[in-house]
Amino acid sequence: MKAKARFLLAIAVLGLLMTGPFVVTSFLVWVEMQETERKLLLDLLLSRLPIGTLMTLFGFAIGIAVLHNLFKQYVEGLRGMAEQLRLMLGANRNFRVKLQGPPEVQRVAQVANDLAAQRDALLDDVEARIAEANASVEAEKNRLAALMSELAQAVVVCNLDGRILLYNNRARLQFKALSQGPTSAAGGALIGLGRSIFSILEKNQVEHSLEIIRQRLVGGKSAIANFVTTTRGGQLLRVQMVPVLSGGDEGEPAMSGFVLTVDNITRTLEEEARRDNALHSLTEGSRAALGSIRAAVANLIDYPDMDPELRERFVKVVDDEASRMSKRLDQTMNEFTDAMKTRWPLEDVLAMDIISAAQRRIEDKLKLPTKTEEVDDGLWIKADSFSLVFALLFIAERLQDHYQIRDLRFRTVCEGKLAYLDLIWIGQAISSETFYSWEMETMQALGETSSLSLRDVIDRHGGEIWYQREKAAHRAFFRFVLPVAVPVTEVADERSTGRPEYYDFDLFKFEDKSIDLDRKLSELTYTVFDTETTGLEPSNGDEIIQIGAVRIVNNRLLKQEIFNQIVDPECPLKPESIPIHGITEDMVRGQPNIDIVLPGFHAFCEETVLIAHNAAFDMRFLQLKEERTGIRFTQPVLDTLLLSAVVSPNQESHKLDALLERLGISINTRHNALDDALATGEVFLKLLPLLEEQGIVTVRQALEASEKTYFSRIKY
Amino acid sequence: MSKKILIVDDEPNIVMSLEFLMKKEGFEVATATDGEQALAQVAAFSPDLLLLDVMMPKKSGFEVCEALRADPAQGGLLIVMLTAKGRETEVAKGLAIGADAYVTKPFSTKDLVARVRQMLGLA
Repeated sequence: MKAKARFLLAIAVLGLLMTGPFVVTSFLVWVEMQETERKLLLDLLLSRLPIGTLMTLFGFAIGIAVLHNLFKQYVEGLRGMAEQLRLMLGANRNFRVKLQGPPEVQRVAQVANDLAAQRDALLDDVEARIAEANASVEAEKNRLAALMSELAQAVVVCNLDGRILLYNNRARLQFKALSQGPTSAAGGALIGLGRSIFSILEKNQVEHSLEIIRQRLVGGKSAIANFVTTTRGGQLLRVQMVPVLSGGDEGEPAMSGFVLTVDNITRTLEEEARRDNALHSLTEGSRAALGSIRAAVANLIDYPDMDPELRERFVKVVDDEASRMSKRLDQTMNEFTDAMKTRWPLEDVLAMDIISAAQRRIEDKLKLPTKTEEVDDGLWIKADSFSLVFALLFIAERLQDHYQIRDLRFRTVCEGKLAYLDLIWIGQAISSETFYSWEMETMQALGETSSLSLRDVIDRHGGEIWYQREKAAHRAFFRFVLPVAVPVTEVADERSTGRPEYYDFDLFKFEDKSIDLDRKLSELTYTVFDTETTGLEPSNGDEIIQIGAVRIVNNRLLKQEIFNQIVDPECPLKPESIPIHGITEDMVRGQPNIDIVLPGFHAFCEETVLIAHNAAFDMRFLQLKEERTGIRFTQPVLDTLLLSAVVSPNQESHKLDALLERLGISINTRHNALDDALATGEVFLKLLPLLEEQGIVTVRQALEASEKTYFSRIKY
Repeated sequence: MSKKILIVDDEPNIVMSLEFLMKKEGFEVATATDGEQALAQVAAFSPDLLLLDVMMPKKSGFEVCEALRADPAQGGLLIVMLTAKGRETEVAKGLAIGADAYVTKPFSTKDLVARVRQMLGLA
């Protein structure tokens, strides 16, 4: 019942209470009375009726006033408070009930406010804890990612389906070096988050190792498996697999994925094979020659009285074979010196880095000024840098202590396979005996003792050291001879802005492999791409000259996982189009043609949904190559132009530039396929929530909505 | 009648020494410088013992040995493999395919002569 109705009812009840007893009493008395008595009463009452009625009305009015007041304070007051409490519960946490009305109501309001305060404190605490936990998880992830990226070994983490969840920079570089053809030219398409490891490693081998690990887990042994595999390019990889275990608190730990550490052992094996070869050629190869010599010598000794001509022939045999052996020995040494000397693990370092390290310590600790003369900044040597720097310090300190030198200079000279590192000083010459003793004793420098002698350090490098004088200049120097290294040129990161996005732990939940049209848009893996072409008419002979693409995995644009390749169109560029795409004849010449690039791009897109801005245009170019290359792009294609038309049908322009401005996205350059692909990717990610507002959540819904827009009717 | 020895090696220097040595020991000696020649000489010269090098052009010593062992007419022929291949696996292979002895270069001529004499029942 409404409050107003209740109020009216209460007034009615009050009226009845005030008049009811009198009326009922009068009626009962009236019934009992005689006719004369009734007449007498009527006379008596009627004359006094006005005052009675007046008194009753007066009382009734007071009653209504009291009732109204009570109603106002208790019923309506509480009703208002209820609304305020509702507000406080939902919309505005900081709202507090106003203390007004009678003391009882005020007390209720006060208790409600106290409860709210208590709730706020609890909520704040919970939020703070959640934020703290999130921050620590994020920090740990970052630490892990940073750690992984610094590892010298290639590490790849996969879920049980073989999807890559995490990989480090070394893995990227290693697989990039492995991948052949246009894929490597285009930036290592093989490895990527959410991609299958089986495109790199033999599936059977990986599954076999998983089986071994499962068995070892059941058997309670250390779960680890190793295998060596050959890549398509003929490289040998040694792979170690360990499981990622989860739910280890109770019962059997379940495997949820695996970690692979990958070493490319091709070079190591080649080196071992070379060493083997050298050994073989020196042993087996010498047997035959030695056999001839020994037999001839035995004859000469055993039959001293043989005729001179025969004797001459046996002596010649010895001479021949001996010189053949010498020649073979020289040859072997020449071919295999590197392989035979580098037993100690030497690393490739810049000679300049070694010198700088030594200079710093000599100046800081020995207070001895140093200089460099003619140091080749780009000279790489194979060295154990710690022991080499220590050797330099050792000599510097000796020279300072015994020969009072004023400064020390460094110089490098490169002679073919050998690098000379010279330590030069002006002043008194030292005797060869002194230097010999320095060479052999255990090194000491800056109060530290090494376990090695100078000779040990030199031997370790397969090098030499000697002492030489430049008499004219009154100078002398020690010359270290060290092996020159040919550094493996590592490909620099193309886009190393910020922390690399090499990990995605959410993929642990990712199970399905094929593209399911009813999966949520936000969960899918996409390849966003763009092409630059010689012109706008694919069916009139215009050709693709650049393909740029980037991947979106779990709602993140992975700027490290890109495909970027210039294509030789095998036809002249149109001069009027060059200012648009900025690609010149010089740039396309010598690049692979579409027959080579398209398979690489196809592999890059595998198992992803394609996205392009005005996709029909780019798809048409790809389709025209189907017959020639046999490569078909059969996956679903989303078009950001159409999706934009779905989201904002009343906007005039859906050109990429207009979209970028509307969505507040800024990019470096336009009309470069890769930059445009990146921009399109950003656009797509911004469109996702807007599509969701319209109830478009799955790929199927997005495709259907796109089809219905006006723009989809424009065909190329 | 003196025993006949066929020396097969593609290196003339060792052939010369062995030929001289074996003649001095009183054997009748013939030589061959590759595998095919060796098989022809075995037929023509019908030696009692073969000093056979392993690494030769055309046919290796292993092949010659196998061919001879497959021929029942040559059942009594003694074969000594002389080789620069000193690995155990190769020694095992030589003996397995029917060589009677396996001598690794370089060898002592005295020992070789003693071995040959013993195998021919002259010691």
